[in-house]
Amino acid sequence: MARTTPEIPNASMADIAFLLLTFFLVTTTIPNNKGLSIALPPPPEATPPEDVKIQERNMFKIQINSSDALLIEGEPREDISTLKDEIKVFVLNNGKDPNSSDNPEKAIVSFKTDRGTSHKRFIELLDIIQGAYYDIYAEQAGVSNAKFREAASDLSIPANREIYERGRAGIPLNISIADPTKVGN
Amino acid sequence: MSKFKKKTNVKQDIPTSSMPDVVFMLLFFFMVTTEMRKTSVDVKQQIPKATQLRKLMRKTLVANLYIGEPNKVQQYGKEAKIQADDTFIDTKDIVRWVNEQRSKLEEVERDQLTVALKVDQDAKRGLISDVELELRKANARKLLYSTLEPKLEN
Repeated sequence: MARTTPEIPNASMADIAFLLLTFFLVTTTIPNNKGLSIALPPPPEATPPEDVKIQERNMFKIQINSSDALLIEGEPREDISTLKDEIKVFVLNNGKDPNSSDNPEKAIVSFKTDRGTSHKRFIELLDIIQGAYYDIYAEQAGVSNAKFREAASDLSIPANREIYERGRAGIPLNISIADPTKVGN
Repeated sequence: MSKFKKKTNVKQDIPTSSMPDVVFMLLFFFMVTTEMRKTSVDVKQQIPKATQLRKLMRKTLVANLYIGEPNKVQQYGKEAKIQADDTFIDTKDIVRWVNEQRSKLEEVERDQLTVALKVDQDAKRGLISDVELELRKANARKLLYSTLEPKLEN
C-alpha cells in the first residue's frame, strides 16, 4: 500500500503574508497624542469680574499682533532666542531687581494674541514660555527637562508624582492666555 | 582554467524558506501596533512643531477636534472649519459635543476628559479662542494643542 503523505502547499504563503503586510502598512497611522497641554480658566459666568490689581513688575507681557509681530514688555522684538532665559530670570527674580517679579508665586507671564495671529506663531511662543517653566521645575526637582515632562505626563506612578511635586513646589505655572484682541480676523 | 570551472558548480540560490517567517513577524508587528483611523479628516492638517511636549497616557479620555481650512475648498469655502468625528460643527455645538463625549466615558472618569485640538498651523487664533471659550462653558478645561516633535535639530 503506497502511503502518500498529506501536504498543504505552502509556496504561496509568503505571498499571502505580504499582501496582509502591505494592507497593514498602508492603513496604519502612528497615533500622535503629544502636544502642549494647558488648563483653561473656569467658565466666564462662574467667576464674577473682580478687579484684581496686579503690580506692573509682576507681569511679563508678551503680545502678538495680527501680522505675527511681537511686543515683549512693550518693546517690539524680532529675535526670540533669548526670550526663554528672560522669562526664567523674571520668574526667579525674588525681588532682587525692583523692576522684576516679587516672587515666583506672584509672577505672571501674560500672553496676549490677536484674532488674526496664526496658530503656528502662537504655538511657537507658548512653547518657549512653557519651556522656561519646565526648565525651572526640572532644575528644582533635580532631573532633566525631558524627564520632568515625562513624569508630569503620568502622575499615577508615585515616583513620578514625587518628582512633579518637588519641581512645582512654590512655583505655580502662571501663564495667562488672554482673550485675543479684534484687529485682524 | 580549472578553477573557473569549479565555480560553476556552486549553488547560487538565496535561501527563501525562512522568508514567510520574516514576513509574518513584520505582519504581527504592524497588526499589534496599528490603529484604524476612525474618522477621515477633511480639513488641512499641517501640525505645528514644538519642543516642550507632554504625552497623553489614557487614549480613551481624549476627544479630538480638528481645525483648519477644508480640503474641499469649492464646497465649503476657504474659511477654517471645526471638525468633530465625521462632521463639521459650529462653535455653538461644542458644548453639546463635549457632553456627548463625556457620556461615552465611565461615570468616575467624566471630569478627566481631555480635548486635543489638532489645529492647522495657518489657522487663526480668533476661531481657536472661540472654541476655547465654548470648552470653558462646557467645563472641559483640560486642553492639549497637538504638536509634532521637531526632527533632530536640537
